[in-house]
Amino acid sequence: MELWFTEKHTDDVNFTIKVKKQLYSAKSYYQQIDILDTYEFGRVLVLDGFIMLTEKDEYIYHEMITHVPMAVNPQIKSVLVIGAGDGGTIRELTRYDTIENIDMVEIDGQVIEVCKEYLPQTACKFDDPRAHLYIEDGLKFVRRKSGEYDLIIVDSTDPFGPGEGLFTKEFYGNCFKALTDSGILINQHESTYYDSYVDMVKRTHQRIGSAFPVCMVYQSHIPTYPSGHWLFGFAAKNLHPVYDLKAKEWESLGLKTRYYNTELHKGCFALPNYVKEVLADE
Amino acid sequence: MDLKLTQNCAPIYEALQKHLKNRVVRLDVPGHKGGRMNKELRNFLGENCLKVDVNSMKPLDNLCHPVSVIKEAEELASEAFGAKHSFFIVNGTTAAVQAMIFASCKAGDKIIMPRNVHRSAINALVVCGAIPVYVNPGTNKQLGIPLGMSVADVEKAIRQNPDAKAVLVNNPTYYGICSDIRRIVELAHSNNMLVLADEAHGTHFYFGEGLPCSAMEAGADMAAVSIHKTGGSLTQSSILLCSNNVSEGYVRQVINLTQTTSGSYLLMVSLDLARKNLYLNGKEMFKKTVDYATYAREEINKIGGYYAFGEELVNHDDIYAFDTTKLSVHTRAMGLAGVEVYDILRDDYDIQIEFGDIGNILAIVSAGDRELEIERFISALSEIKRLYGKDPSGMFDHEYINPTVVLAPQQAFYSNKKSVPINQSCRMICGEFVMCYPPGIPILAPGERITSEILDYIAYCKEKGCFMTGTEDMEINYINVVV
Repeated sequence: MELWFTEKHTDDVNFTIKVKKQLYSAKSYYQQIDILDTYEFGRVLVLDGFIMLTEKDEYIYHEMITHVPMAVNPQIKSVLVIGAGDGGTIRELTRYDTIENIDMVEIDGQVIEVCKEYLPQTACKFDDPRAHLYIEDGLKFVRRKSGEYDLIIVDSTDPFGPGEGLFTKEFYGNCFKALTDSGILINQHESTYYDSYVDMVKRTHQRIGSAFPVCMVYQSHIPTYPSGHWLFGFAAKNLHPVYDLKAKEWESLGLKTRYYNTELHKGCFALPNYVKEVLADE
Repeated sequence: MDLKLTQNCAPIYEALQKHLKNRVVRLDVPGHKGGRMNKELRNFLGENCLKVDVNSMKPLDNLCHPVSVIKEAEELASEAFGAKHSFFIVNGTTAAVQAMIFASCKAGDKIIMPRNVHRSAINALVVCGAIPVYVNPGTNKQLGIPLGMSVADVEKAIRQNPDAKAVLVNNPTYYGICSDIRRIVELAHSNNMLVLADEAHGTHFYFGEGLPCSAMEAGADMAAVSIHKTGGSLTQSSILLCSNNVSEGYVRQVINLTQTTSGSYLLMVSLDLARKNLYLNGKEMFKKTVDYATYAREEINKIGGYYAFGEELVNHDDIYAFDTTKLSVHTRAMGLAGVEVYDILRDDYDIQIEFGDIGNILAIVSAGDRELEIERFISALSEIKRLYGKDPSGMFDHEYINPTVVLAPQQAFYSNKKSVPINQSCRMICGEFVMCYPPGIPILAPGERITSEILDYIAYCKEKGCFMTGTEDMEINYINVVV
């Protein structure tokens, strides 16, 4: 017998991987949570039918969402991570000894429990003494903060589902308020390859731009996400992601990475024309 | 009543399901024939929606003269609301309010009512010629909103007008404020007057716990209940409730004077299913509503600058009770008019709330909301304060102006009138309505004296971007005055 998992990338495009075994399946208050063991990608976390991460390619996503801002401002001390129940972002952040505080807000505590049990590759640093976990709505958490964080990472699901509130104008404005004067906001920014995502990418970019003076987008290659071409947002009060890059300083930390390097950092902000057109289009 | 009929039944819904199953040949109106005539409309609204958009027929009863399933559905509604009779209304609660007034007053009869009634009540006076005796509502100076009627004022109006036929009560006002309806019923009844309740915003009083007293419970004679507003039926559907003191047959005749003879089954089935849902799940749904509203009030008050008001306003007089499902927020202390916040929420944050007036906004919360909507609303208000908040000095600080009535509404509306530039109309008698919509409470009604204070207020509303209606001139640059 062969068992295959299919994710719908669009109404007319499917992405299918062969499954060794389904390890977990349950519905939390917020969403359907599944863990699959697969031949090609190792263990896979699926929320509401969408692949969130695979053991094989999660490093790309987690390196790109953390090291880019850390290399622009290696002085970052206090970080807020919204979403990211899989723990991968926390794992990368805890590699920096200079970070003193990591507040992590996840709306769905069940995702964390499941990841701790089935995805130790990512969910391995929740007990770091600097990490503080809050099971709460990110929108609500950040609203109450003012000038507290040097970096906010929005590691959300897609804009339809429990992550919806994290793609709103009020959320980005609240983030601006919660950041220090040199603050940086990083968000997972979806993809523009398929038409069905284009409007959301455009609106998200405009909403972030309405709150932050610096508002840019960078890209990476994530094989298991729709089209494989994935975007992140870099927004800041005054730091430029390339001009303010502290390449030497970052390299001196000696962190071993598999995807990220400072040359790639400079290059990832150079976007294909079709993406630039989407972002420029009012 | 059929012995098998219980609140788990939905007679109109069940009859429509049966009707669909029978695949009846449609050689009657509506001409869209279950949507086959207009596929674009069918695809947009959904096939079932068009298929149950049918005309009255024997198995589906007739709204004008109900004898089977509509009658049963109305009986179930009567039981659910604690009324003697109930009438399904498909012309909006406006029709229900007008039916109450037409059924209790003839031309020249007096009716006691607060001036902050919905336009539908004064419209009814224009049509039937009854004479309003206005009780000035209390006003809250800080919030600038009209309140309920104090019992002492109602008592005085009754004493001075012993020939009045009825007293009309808002239960509650748009802002969620209730008068002491029990006491008003006692006073009115001991003076042979009927009590009519505009419960456009009060459906939930019948089903929730810890909410203000409903009109039927208070012993009122008729109540117009907008099931579509907080009860979950489709827009424009409503129920008129009656007690023992009014004749069912006469009220039906009055309703049939103006209501359509082609009652919409979409609206009627929505009333039927809403009643079932309210009866079976109402307690739980309105607890969720109150919990959402209470949480939002606490969070909004923590932001600072805003004042989300609640039960603390209760003074056992003109704020006899407060409807805690209402999420009203005073914005003026932040330097913003309510209507400005209302516009920013919609234009910048994609959040549509019920209304914004000069000093306040009102959001309608229901069991259909999720945590997401509530959190977004609170967060957006926090952002609006951060980005737009300013010094409030120089802002208009009152919302409600007690008018001087010179002529009865009907007399004024049908008088010879002339159109004058609004800024030259001071001291003249208004011949039409002027209001912000919503809330639809007239600033000026036909027959009222135009004053400089009212003109200033209208100009300020226009400047702040209120949606003004009522006058013949769509721009409200001119106003019709009585010659």
